[in-house]
Amino acid sequence: MIVFGIIVGVIILWLILTFNSLISLRNMVKNAFAQIDVQLKRRHDLIPNLVNAVKGAMKFEQETLQKIMEARAKAINAFQAGNIKEGFANENILTQALGRLFALREAYPELKSNQQVSQLMEELTTTENKISFARQFYNDITTKYNTKIQLFPNNLIASMLGFKEFDLFELPKESPEKEAPKVDLSLQS
Amino acid sequence: MILLVFILFFAFIGFGFDYFYLQNLTSPSYIEIKKPFIPYGTIIALIIAALLTINAFINGINMIVEATGARTPNETNLKEIQLLNVVGEMSLAAGIPMPKVYIVPDRDLNAFATGFSPQKAYVFVTEGLLNELNREELQAVVAHEISHIRFYDIRLMTLIVTLMNTIAMISDFIARSSRRTSYSSSRSRKSSGGEAILFFIWVILLILSPIVSRILAMAISRQREYLADAGAAELTRNPKALISALEKIRQAVSPTRSMKDSVAYLCITDPRGSYIEEKTGFWAELFATHPPMEKRILALKLMAYEKAN
Repeated sequence: MIVFGIIVGVIILWLILTFNSLISLRNMVKNAFAQIDVQLKRRHDLIPNLVNAVKGAMKFEQETLQKIMEARAKAINAFQAGNIKEGFANENILTQALGRLFALREAYPELKSNQQVSQLMEELTTTENKISFARQFYNDITTKYNTKIQLFPNNLIASMLGFKEFDLFELPKESPEKEAPKVDLSLQS
Repeated sequence: MILLVFILFFAFIGFGFDYFYLQNLTSPSYIEIKKPFIPYGTIIALIIAALLTINAFINGINMIVEATGARTPNETNLKEIQLLNVVGEMSLAAGIPMPKVYIVPDRDLNAFATGFSPQKAYVFVTEGLLNELNREELQAVVAHEISHIRFYDIRLMTLIVTLMNTIAMISDFIARSSRRTSYSSSRSRKSSGGEAILFFIWVILLILSPIVSRILAMAISRQREYLADAGAAELTRNPKALISALEKIRQAVSPTRSMKDSVAYLCITDPRGSYIEEKTGFWAELFATHPPMEKRILALKLMAYEKAN
């Protein structure tokens, strides 16, 4: 009888500890996801300002600028419609188009010396970095969470208590946009 | 592992203090004390040292800010905005709240972190570092400091400083009081042979204790530096940036006068700018807070190599 009581006690204790640690881990995952969201919104706010600031100088890159504005609009619409997957697909296109813009900037000395553009560029650079670091942290913490609910004996109770796995972020491997942009240096003169 | 040795060493010095010294002082008679042995002296010394250290940490921030003449970043200077942004990026990558940032007006290249928990931490960067490093290198250095914060190195070093201070206090107390009372006369109690040997070892260790505790503390500090380097590479996924940052810091190896010894453990490089730092080899490393740059860079290169394959 005493042995039985001890066993039940240990099981209840284990249940409480596992449940609590899963809850706190899941909240960390949710918070990490919210951080990505914050940075994406920041990016959407910054892009129109930057495009307006560089539009005049970058006459020959209208196509790139156009693409950036399009991807931004599509991403915002998709998120508003609740289509998360399409939204992130467009965010990835946006990331690549912005990377191209950063590379092209080197070819425009008047942009490099412009204080306002430099500040906007720095803001956008840090936002881009924050997006990728927030994703990195999200992936790390989500992997930890997913592993925890898959391991024995946690897997026996995880699904019963309503803990589901979360998806990781994956960046598209093959993409034509990833090629290094060709910059015509003769524009400088 | 080394921490365990340190604590054992501390315990031995402390218990010895109570057993051989205080007990003889309080009961100089020949009567063997039978009551359960409680190391009052050690506990009291530990409490005093802990209070002193905690007080140093609570008021320490203001003291460090004043001593270094540090200021908060200027939000109109592009380079300083960049620093704030980089710290924001790294705290996101580490999943901790953003620490408070200070800039130290010093031309030397250095940085350090302090604070008692990741929720309330501080990162200090010198102006020289801001001017010399590019964005990626700055990010790597900040990642090193953030790693000190997220691995709770700050708290660990607080604990070690407390233990060091306690040992110093005990040996200081004995040195002072034994001048007044002749040491050998108080040790008139009959003791067994084993006890005598133990007493002998204890006296030797006590004499060496300031050196031994320093060697042990430095060993722990060096280990944490390697760990913070690895943590920085993990956060930025870019060990090469930290390598080039360390190369630049190494070239500018001169003392950071505005930083005191007490924060040396948490700097990116030893602020004393000592030549010890540059020497490899057992004896040279024994007293250094940081491993030699060469070894740190080598360890990072190994990481970069593994990543490339």
